Amino acid sequence: MTEEQVKQIVIDIINEIAPDEDTSNLKSEVNLRDQMDLDSMDFLDIVMELRKQHGIEVPEEDYPKLASLDSCADYLTPKFNA
Amino acid sequence: MTQIPQNKVSPRDSKLHGKHFDCVIIGAGMAGLASGIRLGLAGKESIILERHNASGGLNSFYSIDGHKYDVGLHALTNYVPKGTKGSPLTKLLRQLRIPYDALELSPQLQSKIHFPSCQLSFNNDFSYFESQVAEQFPNEIDGFCRLVETIKNYDAFSLDAPSTSTREALKQYFKNPLLESMLLCPTMYYGSSTENDMDFSQFVIMFRSLFLEGFARPLNGVRTIIKALQDKYRSLGGTRKMRCGVAKIICDGQRAQKLLLDDGSEITANKIISTAGYTETLRLCNNDKNQEHENNIGKLTFTETITLFKEQPKNLGWEDTIIFFNDSDHFRYEAPFSNLVDPQSGVICLPNNYAYPNEENLEYGILRITALAHTHKWFTLDETSYQEAKQDWYTILQKTALSILPSLNESQAEFASRTIAKDMFTPRTVHKFTGHINGAIYGCPNKVKDGRTHLDNLFIAGTDQGFLGIIGAMLSGISMTNLHCLQSKE
Repeated sequence: MTEEQVKQIVIDIINEIAPDEDTSNLKSEVNLRDQMDLDSMDFLDIVMELRKQHGIEVPEEDYPKLASLDSCADYLTPKFNA
Repeated sequence: MTQIPQNKVSPRDSKLHGKHFDCVIIGAGMAGLASGIRLGLAGKESIILERHNASGGLNSFYSIDGHKYDVGLHALTNYVPKGTKGSPLTKLLRQLRIPYDALELSPQLQSKIHFPSCQLSFNNDFSYFESQVAEQFPNEIDGFCRLVETIKNYDAFSLDAPSTSTREALKQYFKNPLLESMLLCPTMYYGSSTENDMDFSQFVIMFRSLFLEGFARPLNGVRTIIKALQDKYRSLGGTRKMRCGVAKIICDGQRAQKLLLDDGSEITANKIISTAGYTETLRLCNNDKNQEHENNIGKLTFTETITLFKEQPKNLGWEDTIIFFNDSDHFRYEAPFSNLVDPQSGVICLPNNYAYPNEENLEYGILRITALAHTHKWFTLDETSYQEAKQDWYTILQKTALSILPSLNESQAEFASRTIAKDMFTPRTVHKFTGHINGAIYGCPNKVKDGRTHLDNLFIAGTDQGFLGIIGAMLSGISMTNLHCLQSKE
């Protein structure tokens, strides 16, 4: 799986958990929280969907690694390809 | 706790006997249903156990003679229009993945704080309330605006904030005791579990939910909200068992080991979320030795009269949605001292007066009057005196409301002739259907903010955890489930 595909998976999850947010022009390097109205409860849901849909576990101490799409790709791509 | 006779079935006949769940939720109120939805979204197997035959808990419904009644819900507070970012209502719907439109919310028309020497109107546009305060209290408006700034920026959800008196805090912003009373009347009536003063952070939460956000209601009342929650929970595969309470929580050291149900069956769970109330829950545990919680039982409770009448209220000149009233300039919020009910202050609710779509409205006019009640006196009446007291206090509260509502130019007897049906609930009714000790509405005075108990796998959500009102109860169910079941590792 490529980093672009992993980013798309994260965007798909955000569309599912926060359907009222516009995800069409997200900047990869900018924190998701600075571009959208997401809070810690929403990040919990992103982690929950990664586990449910893709069997990927993200321990609580690693939540900060999901800050931007770029950091998501860095952190999650090896997990998807493991 | 409510003592509903145990069903006479052998435990082996129960389909539940011997089953194991990721999580058992006690109570199908707003907090319990919200908790179940969160667990379902996470793919966890849960069951909601409810002793009553209807969901909703303190915000429920019933029918008598074909007429539908709501309990609780005068107004859904925290209302914001669709698409408003960052508000509790928006966060909650997102966490439950329920679309905004499913709640079918219609905004209020206009409400009022009614004192003998002053009236303040408000609606869901805060600038209107501000202009009312400026008009009635021209010398205090600067202080009021400073207070509003504080409220907007206050971290009301901090779990370790020291408890501070609202009455003391308000004195830093303005001097007029009438304005202080007029702000406390609605905020305390809609969410204070303590008498005469409330914690400032609780005041902030209430002020935002009532004035900075606002009131709304679905045309079909609380049923619409409960149905949206139940449908969501069911669609996620959650199980709900009605008329089946928890009789005992059997503990082994620091853990709840199994639950004994009213029907005699036994089930096990990794975790238990109880919305039955703090002390109510601890009393279920067979190792409940520390009795400290017995000093933390809510005692504030209410009666409410409900009258159905032929006209729409606006045709009688009654155009307000909610009226918070007090019969003197000083507001006291305390359990009545000698009488069964204190009619000196209260809340009048006219659920017809919301901006429902397509000019639709309720079939009949509805007048609801809520006032503080004396728990112990209501509980100790024998059945005949109880029925008589209900009649007497219905008449007194009706008279009080008619003296506050715009005059009808007719006597109470004439208004009574328009009446189609009436009912009244008392602290006894609340206790009977919710199991809350004393029939308390706003739970215990000292909230269990982290939801923890003496057991490692038993947690409290709902009114006794901290957030109040319908939105608060759902947020409590969500946040406690997130914290104790979804974030933490088994």
